[in-house]
Amino acid sequence: MSNDTPNHHPATKKDKPARDWRGLVLPIAFITLWYVVTSLKLVNTKLIVPPVGVLTTSFQELGNVDFYTGIGLSLWRDLSGFLIGSLAGIAVGVLIGVSRLADKIIGPTFHTARQISLFAWLPLLSAMVGTGDLSKIIFIAFSAFYPVVLGTLEGVRGVTSAHAEVARVYGFTKTQILTRLILPAASPQILSGVRLGLIYAWLATIGAEFLLVNDGQGLGNIVFKGRMAFNIELIIFGLVAIGLIGNAFNRIADKAEQGLLRWRAPAR
Amino acid sequence: MSQAGTIDIKHLHKQYEVKGKPLKVLDNINLSIKPGEFVSIVGSSGCGKSTLLRLLIGLESGYEGQLLLDGQPIKGTSLDRGIVFQDHRLFPWLTVEQNVGLGLLNAPGTQAAKDKTVQEHIALVGLKGFEKAYPYQLSGGMSQRAAIARALVNRPEVLLLDEPFGALDALTRTRLQQELQRIWQAEGITAVLVTHDVEEAVYLGDRIVIMEPRPGRIKRIVEVSLARPRDRASIDFTAVKDDVLAEFRHEINHATVAERLERANPLAA
Repeated sequence: MSNDTPNHHPATKKDKPARDWRGLVLPIAFITLWYVVTSLKLVNTKLIVPPVGVLTTSFQELGNVDFYTGIGLSLWRDLSGFLIGSLAGIAVGVLIGVSRLADKIIGPTFHTARQISLFAWLPLLSAMVGTGDLSKIIFIAFSAFYPVVLGTLEGVRGVTSAHAEVARVYGFTKTQILTRLILPAASPQILSGVRLGLIYAWLATIGAEFLLVNDGQGLGNIVFKGRMAFNIELIIFGLVAIGLIGNAFNRIADKAEQGLLRWRAPAR
Repeated sequence: MSQAGTIDIKHLHKQYEVKGKPLKVLDNINLSIKPGEFVSIVGSSGCGKSTLLRLLIGLESGYEGQLLLDGQPIKGTSLDRGIVFQDHRLFPWLTVEQNVGLGLLNAPGTQAAKDKTVQEHIALVGLKGFEKAYPYQLSGGMSQRAAIARALVNRPEVLLLDEPFGALDALTRTRLQQELQRIWQAEGITAVLVTHDVEEAVYLGDRIVIMEPRPGRIKRIVEVSLARPRDRASIDFTAVKDDVLAEFRHEINHATVAERLERANPLAA
């Protein structure tokens, strides 16, 4: 066959495929088991509370304005920290990716600093900036920063000399090299880093709210309040809410990635 | 006064440093190419033909002698010289029309005029209907057509081709050679084609420059006076092809002798 004809990719199924329910098997099995062991009193129901209690608490919370304020505040902290951290991460990643000098100067410090567990920074952070929103956002920004730098760095280093020569042939300016070669060429790896950053930022948001306790109201604080009051139902409700929001982030990231990387051959 | 698209190569020498020792790649190359002429350069690997082309496009520098385009020394890359590489080198994140448009990114003119030129060149290489396609959706031949359009879109004086069809299958290669001839005639451009395919060189070239390796130098220049489009099966075509191939048979025999000696006396190697 001549290769002067277009590649034929199997028609991408735009019509919605049948929904795959198999992902629900584990949660349903778990809830059933939970229901059985608690209703048969096989366990201490003070610690392992019956699902019905969680359901009741959930309905109460869902009718409570504080819950929505909590989500709002958590999301606000999360997204501001994520935005700052990932933008800084892309900038630093590009800088050490393209400049040997910057790599020599910043590289060693960066690679050492990222070995320190993020949570180890919290005591220092709270001592210096306090436990308010500022220190939380700094913490969240750092959590997003590291994976974004690493992803960006990988992407920038992967720009081929073949494409760089094309840029030279067409007389690209420095700005054009950045915006029309480096950033698009590195975008798949940058986006992988940003996705990780998004997850890390959400984990850090809850962690910061939990560990940098003040009178702030966030989802992490709801869990914290549950623990203080030994309200297991409230803790479980908080966990589920955190998980579902994290899942929503993932789906949004999926869609964004599909749109931004539509130039890539579909994985088969 | 030379016309636009004249290439003059005078006493060109080029060497690389390999492990601190100089390695001659090009040795005293002299070649003048007329405007609108099609010159094929053939040679086995290591004869410096690709280096010569990379010097002409301006991606390599550091040479002795003169390298002139329309009487002016070639310094770095410029929009007056276009190139097609063996690998198409399209940007995978851009569509065909955006890739072709890269050639005009830093050229003067309004966006509307540029868009029009892009569409004309997409039609010229026979890619109408694929303007919005991404490179992953194209075959090898189509990608190379897009690369040719990108090289020509800013109407350079010179088109440089570095084994442009080397990675394609035989059928596609033959078809693209015919297309390239048509495009070259339509544009009236000076073309320099580097290839190791003797038939391709004879089919396309007004002259064939035969190079030999270690160090890279010109062995012979063959004029091809056959009328176009050329018939590959004709006796005259075959005669020119055999004439060029004969130059390589000699080289191959030499290599074989050297190899045999090496095998007979492994300690000398």
